[in-house]
Amino acid sequence: MAGALKMKLTRQLLSLTVAAGCLLLPATLWSAEARPQVAKSSCVECHSAFPPPTGVSEAQWAADIHAQKGLSCASCHGGDAKDPSPEGAMSKKAGFRGKPKRTEIPALCAKCHADGAYMRQYNPSLRTDQLAQYRTSVHGKRLAQGDTKVAVCIDCHSVHGIRSAKDTRSTVNPLNVASTCSRCHSDANYMKDYKIKTDQFAGYSASVHHEAMVVRGDLSAPTCTTCHGNHGAAPPGVASVENVCSTCHVFQAQLFDTSPHKAAFAAMGAASCITCHSNHRIVHPTDKFVGTGNEAICTNCHAAGDPGFAAAGRIHDDLVKLDEALKRSAEVLDKAERSGMEVSQARLEEAQGRDSLTKARVTLHSFQPDKVEQDTQAGMKIAAKTYQAGLQALAERDYRRKGLGLTLITILVVLAGLRLYIRQTESKNQSGGS
Amino acid sequence: MGSAPEAAPRSSTHRNPLVRWLDERFGWEDLLAPLRHKTVPVHKLSYWYFLGGITLFLFIIQVLTGILLLLYYRASANEAFESVQYIMTQVQFGWLVRSIHSWSANLMIFTAFAHMFSVLFLRAYTKPRELTWLTGMVLLFLALGFGFSGYLLPWNTLAFFATKVGTEIPGQIPVIGKPLLIFLRGGEEVTGATLTRFFGFHVALLPGITTLLIAAHILLIQRLGMSVPPSQEAAWKALPPSKREMPFFPNFFARELMAWYIALGVLGLLAALYPWELGSKADPFVPAPAGIRPEWYFVFMFQTLKLIPAKVGPIDGELLGILGFGVVGLIWVLLPFLGGDRYGRRQVFIRGLGVFALAYMLGMTVYGYLAK
Repeated sequence: MAGALKMKLTRQLLSLTVAAGCLLLPATLWSAEARPQVAKSSCVECHSAFPPPTGVSEAQWAADIHAQKGLSCASCHGGDAKDPSPEGAMSKKAGFRGKPKRTEIPALCAKCHADGAYMRQYNPSLRTDQLAQYRTSVHGKRLAQGDTKVAVCIDCHSVHGIRSAKDTRSTVNPLNVASTCSRCHSDANYMKDYKIKTDQFAGYSASVHHEAMVVRGDLSAPTCTTCHGNHGAAPPGVASVENVCSTCHVFQAQLFDTSPHKAAFAAMGAASCITCHSNHRIVHPTDKFVGTGNEAICTNCHAAGDPGFAAAGRIHDDLVKLDEALKRSAEVLDKAERSGMEVSQARLEEAQGRDSLTKARVTLHSFQPDKVEQDTQAGMKIAAKTYQAGLQALAERDYRRKGLGLTLITILVVLAGLRLYIRQTESKNQSGGS
Repeated sequence: MGSAPEAAPRSSTHRNPLVRWLDERFGWEDLLAPLRHKTVPVHKLSYWYFLGGITLFLFIIQVLTGILLLLYYRASANEAFESVQYIMTQVQFGWLVRSIHSWSANLMIFTAFAHMFSVLFLRAYTKPRELTWLTGMVLLFLALGFGFSGYLLPWNTLAFFATKVGTEIPGQIPVIGKPLLIFLRGGEEVTGATLTRFFGFHVALLPGITTLLIAAHILLIQRLGMSVPPSQEAAWKALPPSKREMPFFPNFFARELMAWYIALGVLGLLAALYPWELGSKADPFVPAPAGIRPEWYFVFMFQTLKLIPAKVGPIDGELLGILGFGVVGLIWVLLPFLGGDRYGRRQVFIRGLGVFALAYMLGMTVYGYLAK
């Protein structure tokens, strides 16, 4: 009896174990699949116990794109990552070369990254001219002169935990580029030997470009490398500023080329766009930028009496006039909409009026008041029309309310009549009944 | 071939020549006789009797304004929104007709619910008025159907996504859910095909059935007379001379007419001060805007479904909610058959159930509007 019970219990335990195994196996397989496959390395086994800079944690190494693609510590440092003994793994015989010098790093990375045939197997679209570009950069040139303070590959891309630039956690992802550059360029102490400003990051952080990138999440918005280049990073020269800005602001650049400022700026040796808009702290332009007022940039060069001063004033007045007309129209349409009036057609036209204003603000880069006026006049016509539509909607609203008042009075009269009729009928019946 | 026996010529002494003419041919006076003899009980709760009449009035408004809207409305995904926009901006008094149509639809559903609960609490649904309740409940469901199908017709963003969510709900029903969803949508997705068939339901199928059921409902009321609340009935039984009644025509009818005029005034007020908005044209390719919720009368169900966890034991939470509402709806329809005697003890339970249902619907609706 006891034996049978024991057998029954054993069978039940076995079934439970098999069932649990069946359930757990797929879970284990799944979790194994979900983790990136990284080859075991004897180096990480020891170095994970060390503090930085020689320490490399397993998690850090597992996140590195090189480890994920099957490369080992020995790919950069030489040696034998499979040898369990430190002596064997780091022996000269196994080609161990230890920590590369900073001056050697670009060439070391380029061993693979400049080899098109080699890189094609991992990412056929990845460029392989990074080293060539780097050598043209301020960083590369200074490194060649023996300045080891300048940035080398690992300063921007990190080391032992290098992620793909597409990864938002990567130090070179567009979202993080500015803060990566600022680690050196905002450090006044570190940069003091170079005699360049360290307010670029503060300026960029207050710019429209930063707002577009960080607040609106527009990854196509410019960051440091968009204007300066990444591997070939260098400040654009005075002559090439316009070319840099025009990669995005095409129409403004085309109009500027036809403007009287083109030759004037060249003669002054002033860089085109940044003379008015600044470089890093590019704030949202307002209509006050142009004109003859205190905040107008035009007055930096133009004074009362010269034709440029008059032209600036005219452009400013036209823009402000259209902006005010559109605001007045929007106010009336808002009021009509709040009253429940249907003004979607006028709203559509109002948007076209706003487009005219935007177009005029672009056209002003020609610095020709007649051209700007053409756009503002088109907008003024639309603004007048939509303003009228708003007024008509408000008049219609008032007409409806008057109609409602009359209808309600009629209804009240009918109700009073009915009440009278009921009273008369019932009093007649009562007197008839009595 | 046989021929119908010739009717005997009638004579009428009515003063009005038109009525006399009708009376001599169709027996007009005989037709009106039941109305002349019909009486309405007079007591402190008599005003609840007006609700059914107001609901009928609002339905008539719906039919009339609906016919006017049909003159300009175009039921296709490319033209529906623009045609309603045209009605609201270009057609003379188009804004008024559409706004009255939309407002009266909402008021009609409100008065229909109020009528249903008044009938429940005054125990007017019990024997012999089971069929009146039954037809009334079906009419209430049809009114909800009118609301759901009509909501999509302007083809605006809110309506489009609310219909998408709304048609997904019956799609959860086991076995028939998927075919039902495809039947309602005219395909897998909400498209122009959905709009066309919702238009068909809204202007042909539902009005036809509703008109027939309203006729049956009124006929039953005419046949069975107005129900008197049990407490009033007992008081009158104890003291028969205290019983008060008024002739339906013209006394009650004139009062009902007053109620209709007040309803018309309220409709005009709402339409003129708060014209029904149109929103933006539906775009199936943009993501659903935040805070999509159905019309107010579906919010209590929508909010309940949102609150039920994804899984309740082994059962899908949403499915459980839908089945729950289905069962409660069925029980509600069958109340006269489950409630037993009008004076029985079960009536106390049903009254409690009614109070709970009303509080639940109100509470969940308010919660639905306040919840993010």
